[in-house]
Amino acid sequence: MIEVENLTKRYGRQTAVDGVSFRVHKGEILGFLGPNGAGKTTTMRILTCYLPPTDGTARVAGYDVFEQPLEVKRRVGYTPETPTLYPDMDVQTFLDFCAKIKGVPARDRKGKIADAVEKTRIGDVRTTLIGRLSKGYRQRVGLAQAILHNPEVLILDEPTAGLDPKQIIETRALIKALGGEHTVVLSTHILPEVSMTCGRVVIINKGRVVAEDTPENLTHRLQGAATVRLEVRGEGPELESALGAIPGVKAVRHPRPGVFEIDADAGRDVRADLARLVVAKGLDLLALAQAGMSLEEIFLHLTTTDVAAEPPAATEAPPAAASGEVQA
Amino acid sequence: MTALRNISALVEKEWRHYFGSPIAYVALCIWALLFGGFYFLVINRFIVYSLRAGASEFGGGPKLSLNDWVISGVLHNMAVVALFITPMLTMRLFAEEKRQGTIELLATAPLTSTQIILGKFLGALGLYALMIVSGLVNFALLWHYATVPPEWKPLATGVLALLLVGGCFIALGLFMSTLTRNQIVAGTLTFGLLLGFWILGWMDDPSAGAVTQFIARLGLLTHLEDLMKGVVALPDVVFYLSFIVFGLFLAHQSVESQRWRA
Repeated sequence: MIEVENLTKRYGRQTAVDGVSFRVHKGEILGFLGPNGAGKTTTMRILTCYLPPTDGTARVAGYDVFEQPLEVKRRVGYTPETPTLYPDMDVQTFLDFCAKIKGVPARDRKGKIADAVEKTRIGDVRTTLIGRLSKGYRQRVGLAQAILHNPEVLILDEPTAGLDPKQIIETRALIKALGGEHTVVLSTHILPEVSMTCGRVVIINKGRVVAEDTPENLTHRLQGAATVRLEVRGEGPELESALGAIPGVKAVRHPRPGVFEIDADAGRDVRADLARLVVAKGLDLLALAQAGMSLEEIFLHLTTTDVAAEPPAATEAPPAAASGEVQA
Repeated sequence: MTALRNISALVEKEWRHYFGSPIAYVALCIWALLFGGFYFLVINRFIVYSLRAGASEFGGGPKLSLNDWVISGVLHNMAVVALFITPMLTMRLFAEEKRQGTIELLATAPLTSTQIILGKFLGALGLYALMIVSGLVNFALLWHYATVPPEWKPLATGVLALLLVGGCFIALGLFMSTLTRNQIVAGTLTFGLLLGFWILGWMDDPSAGAVTQFIARLGLLTHLEDLMKGVVALPDVVFYLSFIVFGLFLAHQSVESQRWRA
């Protein structure tokens, strides 16, 4: 649905986006992740035909953003980071105006607007002037405006910024529901958001793609070795060595009484063996969990280490590089 | 078809803005007051002169014409008033969209730059036309009370001239508004340039050289004369229309170039 090839955008001497390539398939929700100033907004602005690329190509629904911008714009719904709203219009008037300029036929206009209003839950402020709305409502009016013409592609720049926790949950649920029917690209620097809503993540830093995968795979790959956290009550002195003797276990750490961290070979699940051993020793098993590297750690790892030293394709899972190089 | 619908949606939006804020009311009010004021002064003078002419021992010269004296006189003055008021109507057209960031909404909607520019131009021109119409109420009195009512044709061409010259002001103001995100800057630039174009006309001197003549012909108000007299002077109409098209063309180039320069 979206094909981005070697996209580059320079502002004068400054390179905002540097050879970015990625694809988004139909119905997919892609998370676009990166620290502030990484080039997320610029990439999105290119995808929505607001800015032309300096180099490279981007195609949305088969149309080139540079050659056929009108076709692209017809198929894209977009909310920028700060929603672009007219403060002196009320919500209803604003959505009516948007429906008109987005080419929603007159007979469908009422229904489409009602639909968008209902989905984004802004029914209670329909007649309020946008200038008087709170940030959360403005954000949702922006979202309503984006989904109004039922576009094939939705491009959402930080759609949950400024919302309260309840609204964030509702908005995420809405975005999830929109996936499938729509193709969604959403940018954020909030990591849990990505693992919660997105099927795939593109991590971008300093204008370059540093990783691209599903949130689970990213976690898995960067883990190197799988780490299992084990909590027991009543421990024998011999437990640590017994754990170490289980096939597939590489190392056992014992950070504090009752807690063990066990590194296993990659791809090998030792949890069942661990549980059996603890129970066989007559001890109480309190907790047993795969302690994967969280997306947060991956993100920090990818965006704080030197990008140049590490090839952009972090896909071959740099072994055990995970913990050592994190500088933050 | 879609182009028309888009343009009309944009015109409607501009009107909502004009009438949702004090802009339209202030502009209409000032315009109507000045129109009425000029009308009052001119008609007083006309009456005094008519009486004097009638009382002179030679039985009065040629009859004073309401068209020449009152209608043309007031419309001429209003062209100058328009020069002062139209920058207020145009300065926000693009500058405000840029400051508010809403230009991004328009730029990412399936609209062409031409549609956006035409929508804004026609929106401002529509308000200006409404201002002219509001002033015309004064002239209706002439038809009602004058013993020899004025001719309607010079009035029609005069109004057309006023509309065209205002269109030029608006097109230039629109272009200025695309250049900046600051309304004051846009307004001041427009105002300065319009004054410049007005002053160019003062160079009009039959004894001057060809170059001076040519420059003088660029003066926006010099082309009003014939139209105000009731002559449908095609060269003047073409001049005004070209000026408008050129102004809108520059605005178009400016809007497009912003996408390039970024």
